[in-house]
Amino acid sequence: MDKAHKIIRQKKVSQGIAFSIFGIITSIVVLILCGILYFIFVRGWPAMSWKFLTSMPTNGMTDGGIYPAIIGTFCLIGGSMLFAFPIGVLSGIYLNEYLLDGKLKSFINMMTNNLAGVPSIVFGLFGMALFVNKLKFGDSILAGSLTLGLLALPVIIRTTEEALKSVDDAYRIASLALGASKLQTVRKVVLPIAFPNILTGLILSVGRVSGETAPILFTVAAYFLPRLPHSIYDQVMALPYHLYVICTSGTDIVASRKMAYGTALVLILIVLISNILAGIVRSYFTRKNKI
Amino acid sequence: MRRLRKIIEKIVEGVLAMSAAITSITVLLIIIFLFDEGLSIFSKKPVDDDTVIAVNSSNPVSKLTGLQIKDIFDQKITNWKQIGGKNDSIKLFRLDEAGTTFTEQQMGSNFERLAICVDSYVVRTPGVLLYFSSKYIPKDFHGKRIEIANITPYSFLMGKQWFPTAQPVAQLGVLPLILGTLWVTLGAILFALPFGLATAIFMAEIANHKVRNYLKPVVELLAGIPSVVYGFFGLIVIVPAVQKIFNLPVGESGLAGSIVLGIMALPTIITISEDALRTTPRALKEASLALGASHWQTIRRVIVPYASSGITAAIILGIGRAIGETMAVLMVTGNAAVIPHSYFEPLRTIPATIAAELGEAAYGGLHFKALFALGCILFIMTFIINLIFEFIAKKKKY
Repeated sequence: MDKAHKIIRQKKVSQGIAFSIFGIITSIVVLILCGILYFIFVRGWPAMSWKFLTSMPTNGMTDGGIYPAIIGTFCLIGGSMLFAFPIGVLSGIYLNEYLLDGKLKSFINMMTNNLAGVPSIVFGLFGMALFVNKLKFGDSILAGSLTLGLLALPVIIRTTEEALKSVDDAYRIASLALGASKLQTVRKVVLPIAFPNILTGLILSVGRVSGETAPILFTVAAYFLPRLPHSIYDQVMALPYHLYVICTSGTDIVASRKMAYGTALVLILIVLISNILAGIVRSYFTRKNKI
Repeated sequence: MRRLRKIIEKIVEGVLAMSAAITSITVLLIIIFLFDEGLSIFSKKPVDDDTVIAVNSSNPVSKLTGLQIKDIFDQKITNWKQIGGKNDSIKLFRLDEAGTTFTEQQMGSNFERLAICVDSYVVRTPGVLLYFSSKYIPKDFHGKRIEIANITPYSFLMGKQWFPTAQPVAQLGVLPLILGTLWVTLGAILFALPFGLATAIFMAEIANHKVRNYLKPVVELLAGIPSVVYGFFGLIVIVPAVQKIFNLPVGESGLAGSIVLGIMALPTIITISEDALRTTPRALKEASLALGASHWQTIRRVIVPYASSGITAAIILGIGRAIGETMAVLMVTGNAAVIPHSYFEPLRTIPATIAAELGEAAYGGLHFKALFALGCILFIMTFIINLIFEFIAKKKKY
């Protein structure tokens, strides 16, 4: 009897130790994230002002604002989504609704996964070779957007597929039983139900695209260009590249530190806002669909 | 009307199929463009095209490798005997030497007679090694042109020196870069694995629903922070900290890179392992608990072993992410292209090299092609890792 108690006690103690270690490690991970966010917020906040967001960089990028970089990043987000969103959603629909399980499907899935795993710098090399040099777009918003679009494509395809998978088959069967065609079923029944989740995926990939640096290094990003782009064949500054420039190779790295904190904060805010927005969209539509 | 509708359906299906093909086409195009440019390096010589390297016609040496020429310039090789010639000291003759050897009168005020001078110098000096621009080599040249060995895959992969713009001969050995990449990746995984796995177990098994709902967005956010922001954070916080704690001359080191990369690999490892842990069938768990095992024993003996292939997959994907990471590594590892010996020294990875140097490489030149060849190596590495991931992830789904 005593022995049994001892074993039970031992079990409890070792479980307690193990669980508290896991708890501590998890808190460390959370602390790391909070630490990074807190650090950027505290140091970046003093740099933030209306002037910082809406004026051109001056004095060798140690003063002024980051207006052209913000506009450049939004151009790239817009351009890449214009390209990647329709293609991604359409191919997600094809993979989930039309293509039956088989060799072709697993091949396309494998290729999509591989594309998702290609390092971003390789996208940069590829974009430079194909869009900038071969197709002669030059360093331009067009080339950069297409490169970023290709990078975002697997993510959008995956989230679309997931969204469509979560739609109950009963809806499809009911629609088909009523005499609707496949296209009608997809368009009128499946897509509206899956739409919020697809939209969530889009918003999240906006956050991802906004921070990518390596793919735009050689396809669009300008070191210093204090004006707004005139056409899609123009170079632009972009926030992530601007941050890289002013904290490693700017004219006066120490003097531009404040600008760097501000730029990092803007980048994090874009990611943060897109994550929160995605959450809001998700919960809003879930509530609406329930009713 | 019905037929029209059918035609429209077919067209839509075609459009959908075309969009679905784009990812495959892109992968194919990436392979074609990368390898087309990258592999062409092996038909090139490591010297500029308009450089002539020649010797006296009586010299038996007719071939030199890039490394030998570099050693001659560095005066590590000073006698022809060392590279299979006669016993005669090597007299290097470049544009600099021409200025001191010939008078201005001999060369002509616009160097119009320089070619003749060079030719006669080569003829009367048996031990000469001429390194000159082809502009100043006469058509009826009396010396013997030296053949420079092409860059071979072996010398490219196993070469220990990376000086792509070095004169007289570019040194293109990627071994330091490959090893640098592997070192940083290994360090990152060693750091990220215990943290990631523990967090995943905590989220999947220990934390209650409410805590988990808070943790999930935290991990998502950690994945969403741009790599350049991680790099900035690493540069300002982690690099000085590493320098101070370990008392190093520079904080930019393999260790700093591993820590930053480890933080960046965390979300991948956490998300995928947590999913794997969650797939453990309830029956298995409950059977273990019913036998009197504690929750911790169940986790250790039942749940983790069951999810082991998923956890392996998570590690592999984390490695893939870490290998390809560019900006953060570029900013915190110090970028010294030497074979790493310790985590406390600067090192350099393949993606960082491409990012740092492609902007300065002349389009279509040797350096440019070498960077594309690096891209090929990187692509092959990640491609293999992805295939392994798919293989493992697929294996245990029943």
